[in-house]
Formats: sequence, C-alpha cells, structure tokens
Amino acid sequence: MLDVLLGDFMMRAALAGIGVSLAAAPLGCFVVWRRMAYFGDATAHAAILGVALSLAFSMSVFVGAMVVALLMALTVSFLSGRGYAMDTLLGVLAHSALAFGLVAVSFISGVRIDLMAYLFGDILAVSRGDLAVIWGGAVLVVMLIGWRWSALLTSTLNADLAHASGINPKREQLVLTLALAITVAVAIKVVGVLLIAALLIIPAAAARPLSRTPEGMAITAGIIGMLSTITGLRAAYVFDTPAGPSIVCVAALTFLATSVSKGLNPHS
Amino acid sequence: MSLVQVEGLSLKYGGRTVLSHVSLRVDPGEIVTIVGPNGSGKTSLLRAIIGAVQPSIGRVIKSDGVKLGYVPQKLHIDETLPMTVSRFLKLPGGVSATDIARALAQAGVPDLATAQLSQLSGGQFQRALLARALIGKPDLLLLDEATQGLDQRGSASFYQQIETVRKNTGCAVLMISHELHVVMSASDRVICLNGHVCCEGTPAVVASAPEYRALFGTGTGGALALYRHEHDHGHDHGPNPDHHHNDTNHDHPEAAE
Repeated sequence: MLDVLLGDFMMRAALAGIGVSLAAAPLGCFVVWRRMAYFGDATAHAAILGVALSLAFSMSVFVGAMVVALLMALTVSFLSGRGYAMDTLLGVLAHSALAFGLVAVSFISGVRIDLMAYLFGDILAVSRGDLAVIWGGAVLVVMLIGWRWSALLTSTLNADLAHASGINPKREQLVLTLALAITVAVAIKVVGVLLIAALLIIPAAAARPLSRTPEGMAITAGIIGMLSTITGLRAAYVFDTPAGPSIVCVAALTFLATSVSKGLNPHS
Repeated sequence: MSLVQVEGLSLKYGGRTVLSHVSLRVDPGEIVTIVGPNGSGKTSLLRAIIGAVQPSIGRVIKSDGVKLGYVPQKLHIDETLPMTVSRFLKLPGGVSATDIARALAQAGVPDLATAQLSQLSGGQFQRALLARALIGKPDLLLLDEATQGLDQRGSASFYQQIETVRKNTGCAVLMISHELHVVMSASDRVICLNGHVCCEGTPAVVASAPEYRALFGTGTGGALALYRHEHDHGHDHGPNPDHHHNDTNHDHPEAAE
C-alpha cells in the first residue's frame, strides 16, 4: 500500500508539501509575531551558497544548505543590535549571500547543476530519499518548537518578562534560528529558495483572522498550508502550471479570503 | 533578611556608565519607590534586579527562593499575535484556572479572562500585566513606570490597587514612577536615583533633601505641595481649613485633583 502511494510522483509531491507545511506553520507564526519575515528570506538566500558548496565538495545538498543557512542565521542574530537596523542588515546579508552563491556556482566545473531547480524548487521530482529527509526535518522542527513553545512565546512577548520568568530570550532566539535553518534546508527541494519565505509567512498570516490563541493560529496555519499544498498541486496538474508557485498562489488567495472576512467582521 | 539586596552595582552600556555604585535593599512587605530624572538608570536598575542585564561591577543578591513579579514599562503586543488574557497569564506555564481567577481579581479585573489582549484599554492592559506578575504569588513586585500612558484617574486607581495588593498578599513592592506626588505618598521609602543614589529615606525626608530639590527643582513645587497637603494633616489649617477634610476623596489622595 505504502509502496503504491510512494510510487506515484504526485503523491510524493503532496507528502513533501504537507511535511514542509507542518514545520513551516508554527515556525511561520513566530516569524510573523516577531516581525522577522526577512529573516526567512535571508536564511533561504544564503542556502544557495550552501547548495553550491555542497556540490563543490560533493556533500549532501541538505547538509550544505543547512550549515550555511545556520551560519547566516547566527550571523544575523549576532550582528543585530550593533548599530544597523535589522532590515538593513538582512538586506545586505540576504542579497550578498545570494550573489556569492550564484558566483560560487559558476566556479564549479564539470558539474551541471540546474540552478532553476534550487531557486524555484521542483516538488514533482521529490524522491523517496528526499521525502525521508523532509519528514525527518519537519518532525524535528515541530518537536523542537513544541518543546520550547511556552518559553518561545514568553520571549516573543517581551524579553524582560522572559528574564523575570527565568527564561533566557537569547537561547530561545537560537532555537528559532536553528528551526528556521532546518526548515529552509528541507524545503529547498519543494518550493525553492525564492518561495520558502512564502510558505512560512502566508499560511500564518492567513490564519491570524481566524485565531484567538497562539496555539490556534499555529494549528490553523498548518491546516491552511496543507490544503494549499493539495489544492495547488491539483491546480498545477489541471492547468499545467509550475507546482511550487501554484501552491503559494493558493495560499495567497486563502490569505486574501481570510483578510476580507476579517474586514467584514472586525470583531471576529 | 532582605528580599533583594543590591551591592555596589555599576552598569555600563557601550562605554557609557549608566549606574555607578548603587546599593539598596528591599525588605519583606515594604513599598519602595525609585524616583529620578529621565536617563537616570531607573529602568536599568530594575532590569539588573530581574537578571536581564549583568552588572559590570557589584552584585544583586536575592534571598533564597524569592519570587519576583515584574510589570514592564511598556509591552507592545503585536497585532498579529492572537492572545487572550487567560492564555497570557498561563505563560510560561504551570498555573491553574483558579490561579488565573485569583490573580485577575487581585488586579481588579475579574471579568477579563477571555478578552483579547490587543483589544484592552490602557488601564485594563496594565492590570492584565499586573495580574500576570501576581500569578506566581511573588514576594516582591517590580513595577517599571506601570502607569505610563494612563490618565491621572487611571494611574491613581492603579496605585491604589497596588496598595490593596500589598495589604492582601503582604508582598513587597519596588516601583519606578514619574508621578512623584502619587507614588511618594504611597511609599514607605523613596530612593532618589541619578546614576547613583542621591538620597533616600521616608518620603518626607527625601522630599526635603537638597539633592532631591536640585534634581526636581521648582517644576514639582505644586506636586510636593500637594503631597504635603495630603499627608501632614496636623499643620495646615490655613486659608481654607475645611477644604481637604471635607474632601470626599480624602481616603484616596491620588484622585483628589
């Protein structure tokens, strides 16, 4: 039965997308709450450099992307609050990482890599091995966030409140950073570097008007992410459109719908 | 045994000395107020006590197992974060529904449990913060300009609530405030801070200290006059002797004006 399921590329694509949505939902909520939307972008762009390096040293793409994404996230955490505004810092780092990554790719001789596949992802080409990596990463991220949930939430509200409760907000920031790096690394194959941030932010933003508690928002974001994956893949099949972007389009339309419903009923 | 003792504490931010050689202590059950001009290091001192910043020199000694409740100066809840008051009080965890009801009642807002934080008024929000600080049954309540953004009536009633809390729970209070006349009248001890401890003592002692006058000058003359007016009942049967004795707000000097 499992073999039949995994034998179908559409089914593998759907499972891959659902796995990424699962990890992206709670993480995306924190990204939205902490106003670090560009943090996701920066980490993702840095991952291209990781892809280039892993090909150059014939490592697994997942490991390379993960390591560079993590280094990027740590650099941002370290540099923040040292004289530059966060958005300036992220702008500098995100785009230079992307540029260095693209230049680094050009140095790799003998290896033909499909750069487009990493920029835009190729969810339809997900293999069984990829699926294992994606689900392994997703479960790890969900467990990590679940374990630190209350501490993360307290630190997100206010760093001093966290200190007063005996929580170190810097450590919690590190947990988020780590989770973000893992998610980016596993999601590269599915939606690509340019759309990872979309999968993080859009379902969470779409879930906001429907939620009364942080937990509710994370769960709703997960559901929206999964439904967007399934609907987007179906739409891509029917209209012969690129799969990753179709998923993001469905998520965006969901965001539009929930925002409008909130506009009609502001007290919901 | 003091709940918290600060010994010779100095703090530097990027080379700038914010606090130098500050020592103070807070004993069980007392209300201590820190007054001082902007930039005098009041907030930094409180943050050092809760452990959010490490002192450059000196130390903060807390008595064994002392529980702190902290009400921050301002708390911006992002609109994107859905949060009911009761969920907020449960952070970071380990509290029961009874605890929540008790804390909300102590803070004077028993009906707010299901309200969204982002939709509270300024006064309700501060009380929600107070409730959260009270939920762990603190021995010491730390308030950093807790009434910022409230009007006079709102802040007066907030400080009244603090006195009620102290009376009912016996917790000590260490607070920072700009509203000198209000908080000084409610304090057991006042510490005047300007990078260092300028003077300290009972409200009356501090109010008449030359260091205090040098800092707050004539600008607070009215406030000081009010403060004395409210509390030195013995002496001022001046031009309008009946005025404050018939004042319906007599028991609530903060709301008198």
